[in-house]
Amino acid sequence: MKIEAKNVHVYYGSDHVLKGVTLSIKKNTVTALIGPSGCGKSTFLRCFNRMNDLIENARVEGEIMIEGVDIYHPKINVNELRKTVGMVFQKPNPFPKSIFENVAYGLRVNGVKDQALIDEKVESSLRGAALWDEVKDKLKKSALALSGGQQQRLCIARALAVEPSVLLMDEPASALDPISSIKIEELIYSLKANYTILIVTHNMQQASRTSDKTAFFYMGDLVEYDDTRTLFTNPKKERTQNYITGRFG
Amino acid sequence: MKLRETIIEKLLLACSLLTIFTTVGIIGVLIFETIGFFKEVSLIEFLTDTEWTPLFSNKRFGILPLLTGTLLTTFIATIVAVPLGLTIAVYLSEYSHKTVRNLVKPMLEILAAVPTVVYGYFALVFVTPMFQKIIPTLSGFNALSPGIVMGIMILPLVSSLSEDALYAVPKSLREGSFALGATKFQTSWKVIVPSAFSGISVSIILAISRAIGETMIVAIAAGQQPRLTLDPTVPIETMTTYIVQVSLGDVPHDSVEYRTIFAVGMTLFVVTLILNNISFWLKKKFQKHHR
Repeated sequence: MKIEAKNVHVYYGSDHVLKGVTLSIKKNTVTALIGPSGCGKSTFLRCFNRMNDLIENARVEGEIMIEGVDIYHPKINVNELRKTVGMVFQKPNPFPKSIFENVAYGLRVNGVKDQALIDEKVESSLRGAALWDEVKDKLKKSALALSGGQQQRLCIARALAVEPSVLLMDEPASALDPISSIKIEELIYSLKANYTILIVTHNMQQASRTSDKTAFFYMGDLVEYDDTRTLFTNPKKERTQNYITGRFG
Repeated sequence: MKLRETIIEKLLLACSLLTIFTTVGIIGVLIFETIGFFKEVSLIEFLTDTEWTPLFSNKRFGILPLLTGTLLTTFIATIVAVPLGLTIAVYLSEYSHKTVRNLVKPMLEILAAVPTVVYGYFALVFVTPMFQKIIPTLSGFNALSPGIVMGIMILPLVSSLSEDALYAVPKSLREGSFALGATKFQTSWKVIVPSAFSGISVSIILAISRAIGETMIVAIAAGQQPRLTLDPTVPIETMTTYIVQVSLGDVPHDSVEYRTIFAVGMTLFVVTLILNNISFWLKKKFQKHHR
């Protein structure tokens, strides 16, 4: 068992946004988190790399174990954790630096000085994110000159460079056009071999195409969690049924 | 009703035109008198002579001593204000709690509200004697103390405007950096400061312009001796100080001595105009950058 969440509660001030979520995720699988806006799926995702720590008066209760390590233990080094658990955001957020430096950034901040190693990692990460062929001749150009879809794949490459074992994706294709979006989906599928992936999405087709397991959230509760095929063809709860058939949400 | 609207519109137009005419008038006078000056003194002498003695019987008209005086004090002010101001800005924007920020920022801005004459005497009667204990050869009038005090004066310009620029950097960039395992320090200096680079540059240039144009502090504490030197311990004179000195003296109008102040004023104007243009250009680039 790779990731285990036990009775996770999250509060933003007095708002109780996640109400006791328990689920376990196997290694090298893709898990989709779906549900209407404000259901707590993004908040849940951000528990795994402790991104919620950045939000003032956010409080997380319960237990999250990654490879048997309690990531909320007071002795945990959050920076180390975030190297193991990479994240890709909803809107592409490349740094205003060159393409090369964007990917090299994670290595540099983690103390890698060996230029040959950095060169190698940048290339392999860009290949891993299916972007190498498009940018290999303009690595010194600003990342902001890339298209939205390319920027998002650059952000994936940037996350891959620090060699995480878990990849969190917060609606990674929602700000992209359909073709870029398909590319990201194919990428997610190919990354599964080496990473455990959690993906938040609003797109039912995307969830059903890319994921092995799907978790449906509603109002801060985990309503249903099952194999993606089962959940989409034969949901056990009526609320899930209503959501995936588009009756609300 | 319509007539009233028209009158109001014309009045507003007149107000804005007034400021334009004032500017044009000032530049016009500057140019006119400067041309008069250069009819008597060659531009080459003005730019290359190493002495400035228009008020002596042996008249020399080299702007260089005044220019270096200005640049020396401004340079000292800059090396005080920029590192300190930027550090304060990063602290306020990236580290401090919101309540601290809302308290410290206005307090820093008070520094800019202190009358410069107070700063001038502060430099002369407090900072200089203090430094004389460390550097015994330090002259009573020098470039060092007014430079440092001027640095303190322009500090809020750097810290406040840089903080605005840092604060405006999208949150998503911070998250992107933290998500890669970067510390707060790395995120601040490797992502946020470079992202706000144009805004920070603008704040620095504005602060430098302010230091170049500053008059009272240097007039009081730097001495009034035009001297071509980069030694901060001896008395010097800046362009602004010279203008004050001549304006307050009894130099007859319509003399070349009198016109020197316009030539110096013109030089001052050109320097700050160039700086303002650089900052304007950077600002435009900055806006394009962030869409």
